[in-house]
Amino acid sequence: MKIVVAIKQVPSRDSQLRINTSATWIEDAELSWEINEPDAYALEAGLQLKEKLSGEVVVLCAGPERASQTIREALAKGADRAIHIETNQAAAADPLALARMMSKALEAEKPDLVLTGLQSDDLGYGQTGVVLAEVMGLPHASIVMNVEAAGNGIKVKRELEDGWFQHVEMPLPALLTIQSGATKLRYATLMGIKKAKTKEVRRIPAAEVVAAGPSTVRLDRIYMPEKTRKSQIFDGPAKEAAAKLIDKLRFEARVL
Amino acid sequence: MSAILAVLEQRDGVLHRMSLEALAAAQQFGAELHLPVFAAVLGHGVEAVAQTLAGYDVEKIHAVDHELLASYTPDGYAIALKQLIESHRSGYVIFPHTYQVRDFAPKLATALGRVLIGDVVGHRVENGALVLVRRLFQGKINADMRFEGEPPYFASIQAGAFRADALRSGTAKVEKTTPDLRPEQIRTKPLDLFRESQRAVDLSTAELIVSVGRGIKEAGNIPIVQKLAEALGAELAASRPICDNGWLPMERQVGSSGQTVSPKLYLAVGISGAIQHLVGMKGSKTIVAINKDPEAPIFEVADYGIVGDLFEVVPALVEALKKG
Repeated sequence: MKIVVAIKQVPSRDSQLRINTSATWIEDAELSWEINEPDAYALEAGLQLKEKLSGEVVVLCAGPERASQTIREALAKGADRAIHIETNQAAAADPLALARMMSKALEAEKPDLVLTGLQSDDLGYGQTGVVLAEVMGLPHASIVMNVEAAGNGIKVKRELEDGWFQHVEMPLPALLTIQSGATKLRYATLMGIKKAKTKEVRRIPAAEVVAAGPSTVRLDRIYMPEKTRKSQIFDGPAKEAAAKLIDKLRFEARVL
Repeated sequence: MSAILAVLEQRDGVLHRMSLEALAAAQQFGAELHLPVFAAVLGHGVEAVAQTLAGYDVEKIHAVDHELLASYTPDGYAIALKQLIESHRSGYVIFPHTYQVRDFAPKLATALGRVLIGDVVGHRVENGALVLVRRLFQGKINADMRFEGEPPYFASIQAGAFRADALRSGTAKVEKTTPDLRPEQIRTKPLDLFRESQRAVDLSTAELIVSVGRGIKEAGNIPIVQKLAEALGAELAASRPICDNGWLPMERQVGSSGQTVSPKLYLAVGISGAIQHLVGMKGSKTIVAINKDPEAPIFEVADYGIVGDLFEVVPALVEALKKG
């Protein structure tokens, strides 16, 4: 089974974010970067499927030069090879433009299964996977917890709201967006890191796969959210802050 | 003439709780943009649930009915709605931002060459154009977004952004329509819904809740917050990553994939406040946040907060409570 896993590089979770002077994006010069966490779960699901059913895992990533590091880490975890769409626009691209690029880059691959994370930790659209399925003409399932082979196709377990689940059967090829947390993530082994250096990374300049067509949405500006509630913040030594808080909860909020 | 279409979610004849909020959003946009509002529900045998909407101020309610829509599939819903939107020439199509909508609305928008603006938490109208607010970076940053080019424009509305009790009443007619759907167009086969375990813990009735998130770092640290819950006589709850890791059972999860709670006191320890968590607890009467990051979105909804190391602050709270 040929499995493509789409991954994205995003700022590390504990990054202190600053907005750039034109308020169009964050200042990204001094940030540290990592794989988008939901995509790490998609990669893990892909690697586990390969181990069960044999085949190949191909990582697909659109991003600038620095994304090579995240691609290498995915290869070190066990992906067989990678496709890197070289673009500086990936961070703020709209999901349709991005999906069209990814679809074009995958034309020669003909994967059986495409996996993506549920959403990105930066833009958080939560739709690139589903959009990619439609662009590629594939059936899809989202928020998938588990995948197994069933006849000529697959059977997946989807998470619904309020503790409900559902099994869905579908033919291949198909696209799945993988729920985070459904399985444990592996670490790269020393051997894996060594091997990753020799694995193939096919670089595709964005110009070769960029799709024509105007964008239908525009990100106007970004800004820090206004607080909807005025919170009283206590700082200083833990002991003092704790005493003040308990006092407020007892005599001001009267909830204790 | 352009119009607004609110696509509302139902299952087994019951409207999803966020459906009416999406309808309220559609009414609000309609009033500000001077556009008429229509609603649609999809399924099989949905005229009765469509009828429950007849008391609201909308032009018409489309009961989009087909036996192939009896069980939800992304193919069935996207095809049926594409037909409705094209025949109706909808200007704006508004959804509740539910798991089901996240599954099919991006596909529908793509089929029409558009991009859905999902997870909308606010809006304003500028020079006759709708500006929608959504969250980036797990709630740390807001973005203003606009539609460009020709309609239809697609947006999904996050829970709690609009109030169902703000709905204007009126009278609306229900019109049944049958989309053109064939079995071979539906490529996925949905099986029955199921739950994995009975919920033994009902957090929705708890008066006091202490909730723990990623900041707790490892399973071995859970007793630290457990002690605070005991000192307060509170139920212990958690954000999703804690339950995913198996550090606390799933039934104690608060948020869009867990329980929705509204206690007198919600004390969030080491929870950054992703939108999926906030929608499950922001109705709490008093919210307290303890977090080392002063920019964490949880402080946006908190009444009281301590910016500091939870491993120092939580034991100090237990001590302060003991002193009485």
